[in-house]
Amino acid sequence: MNSALLLDSLPAVAAGFGVTMLMWLPGLSLAALLGLTLALGRQYGGRAMDAVLALLLGAVRGTPFLVQLFLLYYGGPFIGLTLDPAEAGLLGLAIYGGAYFAEIMRGGFLAVPRGHVEAAVMAGLSPAQTLRRILLPEMALLILPAGVNMAVVLMKETAVLSIITVPELTMVITGIGSSTFAFTEAAFLLAVTYWVLTEATGAAGRAMERRIATVRLA
Amino acid sequence: MARLGACLLPHPGPLPEEEGAAAHFRVLSATPLNATSFALLLDGALITAALSTVSVLLGFAIGALVCTAQLSRIRAVRAAGAVYVSFFRGVPLLVQLLLIYNLLPGIGVNVPGTVAALVGLTLCTAAYQAEILRGGFLAVPPGLVEAGQMVGLSPALILLRIRVPLALRLTLPSVVNEAVLILKASSLVSVVGIADLTRTAQNIASSTYRPIEAFAAAGALYLVLNAVLIGGGGLLGRRMRGAE
Repeated sequence: MNSALLLDSLPAVAAGFGVTMLMWLPGLSLAALLGLTLALGRQYGGRAMDAVLALLLGAVRGTPFLVQLFLLYYGGPFIGLTLDPAEAGLLGLAIYGGAYFAEIMRGGFLAVPRGHVEAAVMAGLSPAQTLRRILLPEMALLILPAGVNMAVVLMKETAVLSIITVPELTMVITGIGSSTFAFTEAAFLLAVTYWVLTEATGAAGRAMERRIATVRLA
Repeated sequence: MARLGACLLPHPGPLPEEEGAAAHFRVLSATPLNATSFALLLDGALITAALSTVSVLLGFAIGALVCTAQLSRIRAVRAAGAVYVSFFRGVPLLVQLLLIYNLLPGIGVNVPGTVAALVGLTLCTAAYQAEILRGGFLAVPPGLVEAGQMVGLSPALILLRIRVPLALRLTLPSVVNEAVLILKASSLVSVVGIADLTRTAQNIASSTYRPIEAFAAAGALYLVLNAVLIGGGGLLGRRMRGAE
């Protein structure tokens, strides 16, 4: 891809990058929020809810993201859920990521030292206060590495959204490749962009881990 | 790259509202999934299983090489291993597949699509398996290696009898987990035109206009394949422990 070509397509690439970010960061937040809700549901919702959620989450984690997207995007209209590609993509990321976050956060809650919770109860904190002041912050610290890993996983899954025509980076750059016949260059540009993004995310995560390494939990 | 999007279904869009539930019912009952569809899906599942199995096994071999490179004493070799792992773990598999699809013909290698898909899956899982193996080797207790040295085992024997068996046993659960991820990720080869489980479901969805049943059936088959994989891994783990 020569430089003039690259310069011509710069606005389009920037727009694609923007859409990728608009899928990734809100998708990640929604996934974390859904995961937290599901983890709490499994922990405090009683045995029946725990069993049902375990089954559902297992099904989501055991099937490909692409199949889930197809089910949402092409199957949705048949049950009255007509989504445009971006909506389906965002919802898909939230569900897929949420299933993983639920498992990660459940493990995080279980790893909070019992003594901390008992101390909170003895100090007269209500269950809600114990959750907000003790369990949530300690769980958040414990799951940071796994959470950063999920951020990277979801960043990479945003590329799959191109298949249901979300105009994100992969769709834009492969489109430029098709229209200019510079397929290989376009694919290279795409690969390097994602590589930089995921490495930067990993580095940011490691920096955060170093910062909180001073916080002692046990 | 022109192939991306070639497999898109027309989006059905909102159904006509004035006809309401009756229209829904008519569309839904137009062409039920029949035995032929299920036979096709099973064929697709076999392709998915074969692609995943071969790429996980080949990826294990390449991953072992990359892991050796990463544990090498030579700095440049270590760096090369690290770059390999970082690239193939940092770039979405879909982009890797597009790259390989366009790169191979570009450098004069014309291979069937299935081979290109296999190369993509293998190179990707090799990076993950290299990292898993590296963790396994680093987790072998040094005391056991020292004990081997004290009883006079050669470095080759220590590797063969102590480090490799222990590392394999430690990494088995992670390798099974990686195999599940590759099984799921192999759905992306549908984009480059391989008739795997996902692609077959897409074809059925567009020809019968019943996407929910087609994709749900495909999802169920993926769950069955996963269950087989996890069950097999459990059996293998018990056998490995029993062999001690």
